[in-house]
Amino acid sequence: MTKEVMGLGHRRKRVEDARFLRGKGNYIDDFKLPGMLHLDIVRSPYAHAKIKSINGEKAMEIPGVLAVIDGKLLQQYNVHNMPTLMSDVQNVLPIDTVKYQYQEVAAVLATDRYIAADGVAAVEVDYEPLPVMVDPKKALHPGAMKVREDKESNHIWHWEWGNREATDADIRAAEVVVKEDIYIPRIHVSSIETCGCVAKWDSVDGHLTLWMTTQAPHAIRTVVALITSHLGLSEEKIRVISPDIGGGFGGKVPAYPGYVIAVAASIVTGAPVKWIEDRTENLAADSFGRDYHITAELAGKRDGTLTSLRIKTIADHGYTDAAANPSKFPAGLFHICTGSYDLKNAFVEVDGVYTNKPPGGIAYRCSFRVTEAVHTIERMADLYAHDIGMDPAEFRMKNFIKPEQFPYKSALGWEYDSGDYHSALRLAMDMISYEELRKEQKEKRARGEFMGIGISSFTEIVGAGPSKHFDILGLKMFDSCEIRIHPTGKAIARFGTKSQGQGHETTYAQIIAEELGIPADHIKVEEGDTDTAPYGLGTYASRSTPTAGAAAAIASRKVREKARKIAAHLLEAAEEDLVWEQGKFFVKGSPNQVKTIQEIAFAAYTNHPQGMEAGLEAVNYYDPPNLTYPFGSYIAVVDIDRGTGEVKVRRFVAVDDCGVRINPMIVEGQIHGGLTMGFAPALMEEIQYDENGNIFGSTFMDYLLPTAVETPNWELGETVTPSPHHPIGAKGVGESATVGAPAAIANAVVDALWHLGVRHIDIPIKPSKVWELLNAHGAAEYK
Amino acid sequence: MSTHTIHITVNGALHTVEVDSRLLLVHFLRENLNLTGTHIGCDTTSCGACTVQVNGVPLKSCTMFAVQADGAEVKTVEGLAQNGKLHPLQEGFYEKHGLQCGFCTPGMLMTSAALLESNPNPTEEEIRWGISGNLCRCTGYVNIVKAVQYAAEKMQQEKGGGHD
Repeated sequence: MTKEVMGLGHRRKRVEDARFLRGKGNYIDDFKLPGMLHLDIVRSPYAHAKIKSINGEKAMEIPGVLAVIDGKLLQQYNVHNMPTLMSDVQNVLPIDTVKYQYQEVAAVLATDRYIAADGVAAVEVDYEPLPVMVDPKKALHPGAMKVREDKESNHIWHWEWGNREATDADIRAAEVVVKEDIYIPRIHVSSIETCGCVAKWDSVDGHLTLWMTTQAPHAIRTVVALITSHLGLSEEKIRVISPDIGGGFGGKVPAYPGYVIAVAASIVTGAPVKWIEDRTENLAADSFGRDYHITAELAGKRDGTLTSLRIKTIADHGYTDAAANPSKFPAGLFHICTGSYDLKNAFVEVDGVYTNKPPGGIAYRCSFRVTEAVHTIERMADLYAHDIGMDPAEFRMKNFIKPEQFPYKSALGWEYDSGDYHSALRLAMDMISYEELRKEQKEKRARGEFMGIGISSFTEIVGAGPSKHFDILGLKMFDSCEIRIHPTGKAIARFGTKSQGQGHETTYAQIIAEELGIPADHIKVEEGDTDTAPYGLGTYASRSTPTAGAAAAIASRKVREKARKIAAHLLEAAEEDLVWEQGKFFVKGSPNQVKTIQEIAFAAYTNHPQGMEAGLEAVNYYDPPNLTYPFGSYIAVVDIDRGTGEVKVRRFVAVDDCGVRINPMIVEGQIHGGLTMGFAPALMEEIQYDENGNIFGSTFMDYLLPTAVETPNWELGETVTPSPHHPIGAKGVGESATVGAPAAIANAVVDALWHLGVRHIDIPIKPSKVWELLNAHGAAEYK
Repeated sequence: MSTHTIHITVNGALHTVEVDSRLLLVHFLRENLNLTGTHIGCDTTSCGACTVQVNGVPLKSCTMFAVQADGAEVKTVEGLAQNGKLHPLQEGFYEKHGLQCGFCTPGMLMTSAALLESNPNPTEEEIRWGISGNLCRCTGYVNIVKAVQYAAEKMQQEKGGGHD
């Protein structure tokens, strides 16, 4: 497509930027409605306690405080509990027991946010502290204190996948078995915008409008309708609007209690109600990511040929399973854990456990537990290679699924759509001069310096997903696009997804531009308003391009088919004699007999064939035939300071293959950001709890996000292996880098310390951990 | 609740207003003046989404009372473009894809603008340190650094152009 049209492959500048650069974005806290009230939340200082009483009298004495809402009040309307996306139960406000520190206890409604905060401080809650369960392994002991009175034990579910017997037999008979315990800690997405909403109940017509920070507005509308149907609020009376979102990364998929309380407060008072979290509420109470305690065994031959993988995992879900996974998969897509390797057998089992911690877990910029899977297999592969004394790159090349094996059925049943893993790794090695780095490392090691090289050759699984297997609360995971072509040949397109920074307004238009030849600048893209957009499951799990992006292409092609009929009418030719080329139909053999898409659009409203419907529009609900499998190879080079234990990422090369790239500029931006959110948990981010369930990491002063100073200067490379089943061959890219990067960094650090006898370090690899290891092996330098 | 009358110039316009003593500058800008380009991200002076310039100095407006800005000249992102023409930094962020969700962008712009005022030709390292009080979760900073470099070059050219 020409530069004027800006179809696929153009580095089109972003449409969204015009408002964001001028401070004219419309984020949730920017909404201000007449008579709007403010909601603030009283939260528990204890991780587990009986609520003996809640006294709001002093709060109510403050001028401007209008109500103190507690669980018992909500119980009168039967909205004190809500279902989680995994069909567990979460308190909106508890009746008598709190189960994690910072859990919502009561809410204060006031005329202004400062007064609401005064009210929160004045609410008196009498607690009786109870014993606290923070360790998910202890929680599984027989007779362990129960976190949930309504459950038989702390064990939520057991899930297993693969061939247990064959895998066990392989491992028993294997020449080499590498075993390691890997903990992937609890982390938080920490979008710079926290969560919030404005709920507006119109008591005259009984309509609810809910502006909220959600990645999935349509699903939220249906959930609200289901949980409030007994109050007479039916789905056509609910309008959910997701405005500009200041980062999502998975944290804005679930419904949080604050949203529900704000809706209830608006219905009761008849006034609009705003609820905006502060950062501590966001970090301490919203869904977390990860928290997987993994034991992995990788088996194979002495020559480096891998055969089998066995994984056992304990998943800490906090006090309720509020994960955001497809319903059939309580451990998400963790069974992508065979990664890029051609294994004969594999078996994976996960047990979900309750503890006195916040509920979750959602993904941290990844598709349903894919980072956990990738980190495990990439750490294990490196360990195996080191154990048998083989170069980790050579080891990977030996075990990769070969290009000719695609479509490839994995040992755990996935059908990988396409890949060329050898080329991606080779390119990364060339870009970073791998062989020379190994020489340098040898020289440095001889001098007592610690330098490491780490590889991660990941395979993702994104774009959930085919309706046969994928639903959330029964809603099939298709996504949608509706296109209307205006009489002058311009267009509006609406989608069931919702951008949080990915640039959909820019890239979706490019897909339609490519398909219809209408310049992208003349295609307006809208998302996020459930009254106008077609139904869809939203944006997370790198699914927008694989699902809604595909819908854009298919809907465009439907428009084109109708355009062909109109063109045939205008040109007085047979439809089958028309040839489509870049925005126009011409009669085969007579290129002068031509009608542009603009002329055809005009005719659709002014001169359409008799017997044909007027107008030119189409909608597509795209049910993908398969998931997509983006992949890549990353190589990190680290230097370790012997005096401080600090890990410095000297270079980081990332070769990504996400299939066809719609807008390379945006793809590269997604990879930069994803790499930084991979770097962060590898070296910095972690939420920990003490034995009483007190959180460490509830502000940005102790939950450390990378700044521009620590963040490496990312070096990117690309290969392009199109997805064979996606209409434009794209695979999705928003999360690849977050998934792939941590293992590259962890592998590099272990590589630097391997000769000391260090086999594994759990992320985040903070300076203190490294220094202690150096010290334990007599290699630390005292500064 | 005690109140104070303050005189504060925001983006060139003088406001004389009675405000609560405890009103934060960021809320004064967002709620009283409806200048919602300045954002709130953390409440602990860590993230910099609320950065504005007070008498030319970049400050985090979530940790400053409005009364402390009495008599001051405050500049927000809304005051960055002049006569409808984007500031070179705004242009740089657009050209170099220096923003994604846009939430940290106003703070990044105000910090970078002050940086270029005091150091018109910063090295990459100086830029990285200069914006290290502003967190971005989307971009990985690489393109923000490029955007600031773009603006520095452009501003140098514009300045140079006047003398040639």
